[in-house]
Amino acid sequence: MAERERAATPPYGGVFSARSRVMDAEDLRRAVTRIAHEIVERNHGLDGVVLIGLQTGGVPLAGRLAEALSRIEGVEVPTGSIDVALYRDDIGLRPVIPEAVTDISFDLTGLTVVLVDDVLFTGRTVRAALDALNAYGRPRAVQLAVMVDRGHRELPIRPDYVGKNLPTRLDEIVDVRDDGVDVGEKRGTGPERKTQSGR
Amino acid sequence: MPDRHPVLIRGGRVIDVTGERVADVLIDGGLVQAVEDGMSTPAGATVLDAAGCIVAPGLVDLHTHLRQPGREEAETVETGARAAALGGFTAVVAMPNTEPALDSAAAVREVLELGVSAVCDVRVAGAITRGRLGRELAPLGEMADLGVRLFTDDGDGVQDARLMRRALEYASALGVTLAQHCEDKVLAAGGHMHEGEWSSRLGVPGQPAEAEELMVARDIALARLTGGRVHFLHLSTAGSVAAVRAAKAEGLAVTAEAAPHHFTLTDAAVEGYDTLYKVNPPLRTAADVVAVKAGLADGTIDAIATDHAPHAPEDKEVPFDQARPGMLGLETALALALTELDLPVADVLALLSWNPARIAGLESSHGGPVAEGRPANLCVIDPAATWVVDPDALASRARNTPYAGRKLTGRARHTVLRGEPVVVDGVAKR
Amino acid sequence: MKHLLSVADLGADGIEEVMRVTDSFVEVSERAIPRVPALRGRTVVSLFYEESTRTRLSFEMAAKRLSADTMNFSVSTSSAKKGESLRDTCQTIEAMGIDALVVRHSSAGVPWQVASWVGCPVINAGDGWHEHPTQALLDCYTIRGRRGSLVGLRIAVVGDVKHSRVARSGVLAFTMLGAEVTIVAPPTLLPPSLDGWPVEVSHDLDSVLAKVDVVYLLRMQAERQSEALLPSLREYTARYGLTRNRFDLLPDDALVMHPGPINRGVEIAADVADLPRSLITRQVANGVAVRMAVLFLLLGSEPRA
Repeated sequence: MAERERAATPPYGGVFSARSRVMDAEDLRRAVTRIAHEIVERNHGLDGVVLIGLQTGGVPLAGRLAEALSRIEGVEVPTGSIDVALYRDDIGLRPVIPEAVTDISFDLTGLTVVLVDDVLFTGRTVRAALDALNAYGRPRAVQLAVMVDRGHRELPIRPDYVGKNLPTRLDEIVDVRDDGVDVGEKRGTGPERKTQSGR
Repeated sequence: MPDRHPVLIRGGRVIDVTGERVADVLIDGGLVQAVEDGMSTPAGATVLDAAGCIVAPGLVDLHTHLRQPGREEAETVETGARAAALGGFTAVVAMPNTEPALDSAAAVREVLELGVSAVCDVRVAGAITRGRLGRELAPLGEMADLGVRLFTDDGDGVQDARLMRRALEYASALGVTLAQHCEDKVLAAGGHMHEGEWSSRLGVPGQPAEAEELMVARDIALARLTGGRVHFLHLSTAGSVAAVRAAKAEGLAVTAEAAPHHFTLTDAAVEGYDTLYKVNPPLRTAADVVAVKAGLADGTIDAIATDHAPHAPEDKEVPFDQARPGMLGLETALALALTELDLPVADVLALLSWNPARIAGLESSHGGPVAEGRPANLCVIDPAATWVVDPDALASRARNTPYAGRKLTGRARHTVLRGEPVVVDGVAKR
Repeated sequence: MKHLLSVADLGADGIEEVMRVTDSFVEVSERAIPRVPALRGRTVVSLFYEESTRTRLSFEMAAKRLSADTMNFSVSTSSAKKGESLRDTCQTIEAMGIDALVVRHSSAGVPWQVASWVGCPVINAGDGWHEHPTQALLDCYTIRGRRGSLVGLRIAVVGDVKHSRVARSGVLAFTMLGAEVTIVAPPTLLPPSLDGWPVEVSHDLDSVLAKVDVVYLLRMQAERQSEALLPSLREYTARYGLTRNRFDLLPDDALVMHPGPINRGVEIAADVADLPRSLITRQVANGVAVRMAVLFLLLGSEPRA
């Protein structure tokens, strides 16, 4: 989970404290390679396939997948990134702020888009991403690749490619990094956020 | 109208122009009957406790806007007089910038009649020029015959030097004083606050201190030329204070007043664009505040006058440059003088009572010694009372005080007008 | 951030944050369909007591691109004067259930007063001679777009600083971000006091131009002539206008800016305004994205109470 997003999730601020490591660097590498193979297999090659990483946690993962696809098929898959902040359904319910500039330099019309994120949780980020993609054309199909599916879906969304299915409690935090995946909790709250008064 | 009911002010320290002593004050028939320590209470007398308090001649405000006639939604003679009594005042001089202006005997008589039943002695300043328009002399003699002793176009200064000269010459035969709101209209034009660092930062058009000082200097010259008496209203700048100091040293017949806000607040208060801080003359710099205080301390400025200027909310809840200038003052003046000025109580009382009484020509009934046979216009002040200004608790019909929430020390406890306790323990009796 | 009244409310960090978020909205603005659903169901009201087509349109476009509903309340000062008080007007509008007020007024300080009377966020779209914070933000963003940063840049602000809200906000923002500002104007068009202003002052444009990175020209209004602040606009142009000859004194990479609308031939020569190093149209384009960022930060980035 991105540092920024974590800071913006209740309890605001707080420090992530890892309790146990559920994937190490080797596990991650193997999962990336496997997902890459599955993408090639499912789409009968990489013709018309593009990767779009969700800001911010999905972006490095999309990069790793592109590398793996290049190794496997010798094809450079067009890769972009998308920030879904402006499409979220919880604007006004929690602090939402754009994470980074969306970078999609090609028209998505007729392409197969593989959305890439690090953790699939409620599904709301993916829903926002599906909405956001429309601004860049009408894809032929959209598929979803995630490193960790931690359950607790609130929308009818399922991943096409999963690194690891990981049952979690609602209050747990799943932290995907380059060198592994940790599960833990957020401890303590940061400085109190200013809330709007008089409304 | 003297009250035949005896009143005993017991246990206070009497301070007046003659000095101070511990004494009870017995009042009957509207007059002070005795001033002695440890008097016994006469049968049927009302006793006003003055333990720990100062018993003084009632305060006199040279500069009150009562807004009647014309703006009764902001203040009336009745409500303004009640605010004055609660502030320790037994006499106020109502300014003539009403609608219509008090520029004739008929207009003056109307306000005087409204004042008869008020809880404060209401006197009137007449306009110098007809309609306060600065063009022709108002009938000064006809108003003087009704007892008017001060004339002013307050709100505006008389811009025309030749007209001001004629007014001074004419007034000298009547034995009256011309009071000037010093503001060179051309130089001040369009200014809504003091011109300087804050106006520059806030983007509010300012009026320079010199707009006031030019007219002070001009009228000092005219006082010299004509021998007439000039009273300078609400001096606010260091330059004005210095000019008046020099004029007095020269022996000219000039007097001056300062308003509490000009020794309490600075132009920095405008920072949040709260129109309660819009006043004319505008709040000045910290250096000007120091100069005004020094002028009050050394006698250059003779009196503290409130410039009590009530305004209805709709005249203040508008953009800063459209808001009417002025703030309430009657109920906070005494406490601000006691809190903000580093002066002995007797000096503060001189500035608020006997000096202004003399300038207003009221010395026979107000501000005189607390002594047998004198009219019983008195106030009892608790110099240690601390209180927080609550606009909703003020007696004035308007609420435009900039001091809301401010903690002040010193308050009028009782006020006696012509022998009648009109304020007892901080509560107006009618 | 509850309101945007002054750039001073933001501080350097706040300005950087607005600029960072603006990047996202520039990307939105460049799309075929430049619209996001971020402020769907929100209502932004423009309360304009002073004529301003450009700023009003820019805010309106920003709000619409965020999918907010927009309403315009334009009042001539004269009709407001005789009618209800400013406070009553604001509270009436607020009672209709709105989410933000964009306020423009010819009197300094009005947005502060409005903010004290209403519960919703208030954005200052220009108050008298005082401030115009979104203009300063878009100017900073525009300069950053060309130079990467304002740190150490030398910016000359030329013209009627005394009556300019653009200058007051600009000087604050530029200096907060590390630029060095020189004000160039005849003494009659300077504020009466510059105490506390972190600027240099010059009355000689020619000597300043050779060593600036940005020359920022302010609009000169013809009425200054009738107020005896200037002998004539012609004399102003001769001494303070960015003529072609003066433009050639500028370093090769120096930028030319103006808040608009331009008086061609007065503060800037007609041909200079259209040179590639003039950022005047870029400023206008960035204005929409900056205002989207401001609206989103005020309405979208805070939990709604």
